[in-house]
Amino acid sequence: MADPFLQLTDITKTYPGVTALSKVSLSVAPGEVIGLVGENGAGKSTLMKILGGVVEPSSGQILVDGAARAALTVPDAILAGIAFVHQELNLFDNLDAAANVFIGREPLYGGPLRLIDRKALYAQARPYFELLDVDFKPETMVSELSIGQRQLLEIIKALSLDARLIIMDEPTSSLTLSETDRLLGIIADLKAKGVSVIFISHRLNELTECADRVIVLRDGHVVGHLDKAHVTHGEMIRLMIGRDLKSLYLPPASPPGANVLEIAEARTETYPDHPISLQVRRGEILGLAGLIGAGRTELARTIFGIDRLLGGTILLDGAQVEIRTPREAIALGVFLVPEDRKRSGLLLEMSIAENISLPDLLAYASNGLVQDGRVTANAEAQRQRLHIRAPNVGTETGSLSGGNQQKVVLAKWLSMKPRLLICDEPTRGIDVGAKTDIYRMLRDLADAGVAILMISSDMEEVIGVSDRIAVMHEGRISGFLERANFNEHNVLQLACGHRNFQEMATA
Amino acid sequence: MIKKDIGLLILILVVGTVVALINPLFLSPINLGNTANLVGLFGLFAIGQAFVIITGGIELSVGSIIALLGVLFVDLMVTYELAWPAALLLMLVLGMLFGLIHGLLITRMNLQPFIVTLCGLLIYRGVARFYTADATAGFGFGVSFPTLEWLTTGRLYGVPHAFIAMLVVAAIMWVVLHRSVFGRYLYAVGKNEEAARYSGIPTKQVIVASYVICGLLTAIAAIFFAMYTRSISPSSHGNFYELYAIAAAVLGGFSLRGGEGSVVGVVLGAILLQVLQNLVNLLGIPSSLNFAVMGSVILIGVLADTQFAAYRKRRAVKRSVG
Repeated sequence: MADPFLQLTDITKTYPGVTALSKVSLSVAPGEVIGLVGENGAGKSTLMKILGGVVEPSSGQILVDGAARAALTVPDAILAGIAFVHQELNLFDNLDAAANVFIGREPLYGGPLRLIDRKALYAQARPYFELLDVDFKPETMVSELSIGQRQLLEIIKALSLDARLIIMDEPTSSLTLSETDRLLGIIADLKAKGVSVIFISHRLNELTECADRVIVLRDGHVVGHLDKAHVTHGEMIRLMIGRDLKSLYLPPASPPGANVLEIAEARTETYPDHPISLQVRRGEILGLAGLIGAGRTELARTIFGIDRLLGGTILLDGAQVEIRTPREAIALGVFLVPEDRKRSGLLLEMSIAENISLPDLLAYASNGLVQDGRVTANAEAQRQRLHIRAPNVGTETGSLSGGNQQKVVLAKWLSMKPRLLICDEPTRGIDVGAKTDIYRMLRDLADAGVAILMISSDMEEVIGVSDRIAVMHEGRISGFLERANFNEHNVLQLACGHRNFQEMATA
Repeated sequence: MIKKDIGLLILILVVGTVVALINPLFLSPINLGNTANLVGLFGLFAIGQAFVIITGGIELSVGSIIALLGVLFVDLMVTYELAWPAALLLMLVLGMLFGLIHGLLITRMNLQPFIVTLCGLLIYRGVARFYTADATAGFGFGVSFPTLEWLTTGRLYGVPHAFIAMLVVAAIMWVVLHRSVFGRYLYAVGKNEEAARYSGIPTKQVIVASYVICGLLTAIAAIFFAMYTRSISPSSHGNFYELYAIAAAVLGGFSLRGGEGSVVGVVLGAILLQVLQNLVNLLGIPSSLNFAVMGSVILIGVLADTQFAAYRKRRAVKRSVG
C-alpha cells in the first residue's frame, strides 16, 4: 500500500471538564477504506470535525503530505482534498443535480453580470456522472432524487472538488438494501481510483464487507484497530461496548395469541393496485422488511389514519374498524412511532413531560384544565422506567440524544394502553446501548399482550428482534418468514421480489 | 410571568416615566382614562390576533371586519330598529362566522392564511363601503341606547368599561391558553403541526377554533369601537388595525412562526403601543410621525430582544462548557 498522505498523531481534544479525544492516531493512505465505529459520544464526530478543520485539537500533530501542523482550517481541509458526505444531506431541492455539484463555483460568462454558463455547467458535470454510472442526469432536479441518489450526488460533488479522502457519516442509514449495495460498490470503485474513504456506520456488516481496516473508538480512545482479517461483528461490538453482546433475540414469554391486527386486501394511496394482507398476533413482534420505497411506511401511515385506505378492510381484534385520522387510531389503541422522530414524533421545543402527555392530555386534566402535577408525575415514572437520560422531565426534548428522544416517543405510547404498536425504523441513528434498551422494551410490551409491527431496514435488527418477518416488495407482501428460516439471504431474496422463493419460505 | 413580559413591563414603565417627567399631563386622570380606553379597545382584538398567530397563522381582515360589523350594527339598530341585544348577538355570530370561513378555507382548502385573510380584508371593506354607499353610518341626533352606552363607554371609578372588558377577556384567555388542554394544543400545533397530528391532536379543528376566537373578539371590539366613535366612515374606520394587533403580539413576544407567546405579553404590547401614541401627542411630536415612531420602537424592541436572546444563548453555552 502507498504511503499515507494524511497522518494524525496523538490528537487530544479537551473541553473544560471533558476529554472528547485522547491521544488518537490515524493515518490514511491513498485508496484505503477505513471503518470508524463507536457508540454515540465515543468521539467520532469530534475526530471528523478536526479533519474538516472545524475544531482545533488541544494537542497532537497533523501531517498532510509530509507537512506538519497543529490544526487544520476549513480551507486547509478542502485543499488537502478532504470531503464529507453528511448524514443530513446538504443539497438544494430546488436546483438540479449539476447546479448542486458546482454550487458557488459555477462557470460564468457575461463579465460583470456574472451570468451562469449553463452549457459549460452541464458539460463539466457530465463526466463525473458517467464516472459513477449513476441512474440520473445532471439535469435532474434534486427534489426528484431518492435519498440514495442524493448521497451519490454528494459523492459526485466531493469528486468534483478533487477529493482524496471522502468521509461518509452513516451514509447507509436511510438507504435501501439495493442502494446500500450500490454505495458499497461505488466505494470499491473509489478505492480502485485511489480515493480513500472513512466510513462511519452503525451497521457492522457493511464494515466487514467494505473496510480494509476498522478503528474502534470508545470514550475518546482508540480501543481497537482491526485489520481486514479481524473485522468481525462480534469483535467490533465487543470493543465498542467493552463486553460481548449476546444475540439480540429475546424470546417471547409465551406463544402468540389471536390476531390483533388483520389487514385484508388493503390498498394504499402509493400502490393502489397492490392489495396487502397480513396479520399481527397478540404478543408477537412482526418484522416488516423490504427496500425503502417498498410501501412499508405508507402501509403504516394508512393503518394509523394519516393516508387514506383506498380499499380492503382493517380488523382490530376481529372487529372491522375505519380509521380516518391518527386521533381515531389512537382512540382504538393503535399507536405509531414514526420514521422521522424529529419531524413527526416529537415537539422538540417542548419538554419531555409535555411530549409524553400530549396524546392523552385529557386524562391529565380536570374540567379542561391541565393538571401539571399529574403530567409531571407520569412523565417522571416513564423516565425512570425507560431510563431516559435527562436531568428532569422539564428538559426540552430537542436537547436529548437521538436514543433518549426515541424513548420519549415510546413513553408517550406506553403511558396509554397500546393494542397495536407500529414502530417505523425504531432505532435509526441510535447508539448501541439505547438500541438494546428499546429492543428489551418492545419484547416486554409484546409479552404484556401488545401486538408489535416493526418496520426496519436494518437487517441485523429485523432478523435479530422479530418473531416473524413479512417482506414487502414494490407494494406487495412478497413473503413471510418464520424464525427457522431467518437469514439475510432469504430476506434479501424476498425484498428483491423473487417470487418463486415465496413457496419455499412459507412451505 | 416570563422574563420577556417583565422586560416589556419595565420598558413601558420607563417610557411612561420619561413622558410623565417631560409632560406631567400624562398622569392626569383624563389622559390615563382615555389611554386605558384605547388600550381596552385595541387589546380586545389583539388578544384574538394572538390566538391566530400562536398557530402560525395571521388574520389580516381585523380592521375591515371592525368596519363592516360597525356599520351593520349601527344600521340594524338605527334603520331597522332592531333591539340592541339582538343586534349585538348577531354581530358576535357574524364575527365568529367570518373566522369559521377563514379557518375552513385554510385547513380544508389548504390556502395560506395570509392570502385568505388578505382577501377578507379587501372583501369586507368593499362590502362595508357598498352597503352604506360610502356614506358615514352613525346615530342620528337624539338617538340613544342608555344601557348599551353605559356598558360600552361607561366608567367604573374612572376606569373605562372597555379596559375592564379587555381585562376580563384577557383573564379568561389566559386560562384558556396557559392552563387548558386546548391551549396546550394551540402551542403544539404552532410549534410542529405534523408532530401534533401524529399525537392525535385534531389540528384542523384547533386551527379553525383559533380563527373563530379571533373573529369573536374582533366582533366584541367592533361594537366597542362603534359605540366609542358613534359614527363610522366605512372607508377609514379600522384601517390598519390588524397591523396594530400584529405589532402588539410581536412586541409581546409572539413569533410569527407560531408556538410562542403569552396573553400577558400581547396585553403589554397593546399597552406599549397606546403609550407610544400618547407620547407622540403629549410631547408635541408632529402626529404625522405617529407611524414612524411606532415602527421604530417595534424594530428596536424586536432587535434588542433577539440580541439579548443570542447573548443569553452564548452565555448558556459558555456555562455548559465551563
